[in-house]
Amino acid sequence: MSGTFTKSMARNVFYGGTVFFILLFLALTFDSMATLPKRDNRQNLTEEVVAGKKLWEVNNCIGCHTLLGEGAYFAPELGNVYVRRGPEFIKAWIKSQPTGAPGRRQMPQFNFSDEELDQMVAFLKYMSEINTNDWPPNVEG
Amino acid sequence: MQYQSQAVAKPYFIAAIGLFVGQILFGLIMGLQYVVGDFLFPEIPFNVARMVHTNLLIVWLLFGFMGAAYYMIPEEAETELHSPKLAIAMFWIFLVAGALTIVGYLTVPYATLAELTGNDLLETMGREFLEQPLITKVGIVVVALAFLFNISMTVLKGRKTSIALVLLLGLWGLAVFFLFSFYNPSNPVLDKYFWWWVVHLWVEGVWELILGALLAFVLIKVTGVDREVIEKWLYVIITLTLITGIIGTGHHYFWIGTPEYWQWWGSIFSALEPIPFFAMTVFAFNMVNRRRREHPNKAATLWALGTGVMAFLGAGVWGFLHTLAPVNYYTHGSQITAAHGHMAFYGAYVMVVLCIISYAMPVLRGRAANSNKAQVMEMWSFWLMTIAMVFITLFLTAAGILQVWLQRFSDTPMSFMATQDQISLFYWMREWTGVVFLIGLVVYIASFFVKGETRAAA
Repeated sequence: MSGTFTKSMARNVFYGGTVFFILLFLALTFDSMATLPKRDNRQNLTEEVVAGKKLWEVNNCIGCHTLLGEGAYFAPELGNVYVRRGPEFIKAWIKSQPTGAPGRRQMPQFNFSDEELDQMVAFLKYMSEINTNDWPPNVEG
Repeated sequence: MQYQSQAVAKPYFIAAIGLFVGQILFGLIMGLQYVVGDFLFPEIPFNVARMVHTNLLIVWLLFGFMGAAYYMIPEEAETELHSPKLAIAMFWIFLVAGALTIVGYLTVPYATLAELTGNDLLETMGREFLEQPLITKVGIVVVALAFLFNISMTVLKGRKTSIALVLLLGLWGLAVFFLFSFYNPSNPVLDKYFWWWVVHLWVEGVWELILGALLAFVLIKVTGVDREVIEKWLYVIITLTLITGIIGTGHHYFWIGTPEYWQWWGSIFSALEPIPFFAMTVFAFNMVNRRRREHPNKAATLWALGTGVMAFLGAGVWGFLHTLAPVNYYTHGSQITAAHGHMAFYGAYVMVVLCIISYAMPVLRGRAANSNKAQVMEMWSFWLMTIAMVFITLFLTAAGILQVWLQRFSDTPMSFMATQDQISLFYWMREWTGVVFLIGLVVYIASFFVKGETRAAA
């Protein structure tokens, strides 16, 4: 940092650089938005899936599980659970919680109706069909 | 204290420390639930404990940032705060709203809380870190706007230093990006894409401006180095932060349905993200070495140096460790992520808030620095908490490497839970180290009550 590089020059570089990279980020975002319809499975975004997403949210599933790797690391990844376990297992599993096995991690009982269980499964199926660049590396998540 | 209105910072700092204690207690509960799965079930399920742990962290850091701004801005602007009364009113509103939210998390099932608080009007809940009920989110916006109005008016009528402008820019950015928490599209990929505009653009964007401004302010005070030099450094550091961090958002866009080119953009730019943190470390040590006065507050200087080093290690090195797409393919959403998150938040944000508290609190209590005895105790707490956090991070990293090896990299991958059983030893070690962290925090609080010879504030 030589004497010729003044504070006002540093300030100008800051503003110029920041504006440039914000614009670049916005450009990449616009391009992503244009590309997403081919990747994000939106043709299958039914009312049932949307209802399932809401169930996922209001029961704070992300507080224990990951979904496409994002969330808490206490319980298994569920972005691909539809592939790993299938719809019937998922429903039976949710219905049978908590296991009450001493010392084991426990999942609460959410008292879902049959309709809600179907919505949750529809949401998890939807998530498993998003193009994630082949993540996770294997079915265990 | 040069300006009477700086005194409003004091309750903010006290509340921040109080909530910090709550955060750590819930962290210990979660840590134990990792190995004794049914601990406190069903009273406090893991997801509730985690929500309390992370939300308390965010709220106490916000208390710290606001307290810091109320302390710094009058001194920087060389004028009294626009409205100390507004600042105190907002303090109570924020504290009560925050407390009610935590009570809500702990006493009502989350789905019921969502129903009671109008989540059906605008669905914003149930997303990581943005779990707050709609009314709490609106409350945060109201408090933030009143706060920004207050400090912006103060700067407008007074001296406009670079530190004040950078701090304002960071705080306004914090408020603006929080608005994305109200946008929750039903398309999960879009939801995730813009969720990061709050989370990443906060902690790897505008919060770093706040961090830089706080650090620069304390360094000017404790070293007496010329403001022109320090502010030039500040601009260089935040330039590096934003030109790497904004496109660096792309390291979250590898596996969530977004286009593949983000693997290049995200890997390259986030690989550069350690540079501003390295510059910050060099900056802090450089300024302290070039000091023109011996400030009696040694503890504040230690926190300032510690912030640089630990932010570089936690955010810089541990971030780089898993940010390249081919590595992240295996480590994404594993204990490696948790390791990075812990050290980065502690090193960058916890330490800088404790740094400004360490500098400002003695002045707010009418002395230039605490007694030598109190400072020695505070420095003990610095080392206890910092070393504990280093080991928490190392144990989680070890757990993460094993997890990736057994569950992701193997030809015969184990299931998630079978893997967790294999790595429980590291979770136990993390938990015990967490207890050491809590002891450090208790020592820290005790240091405020140590008496002894002090010098009056200048």
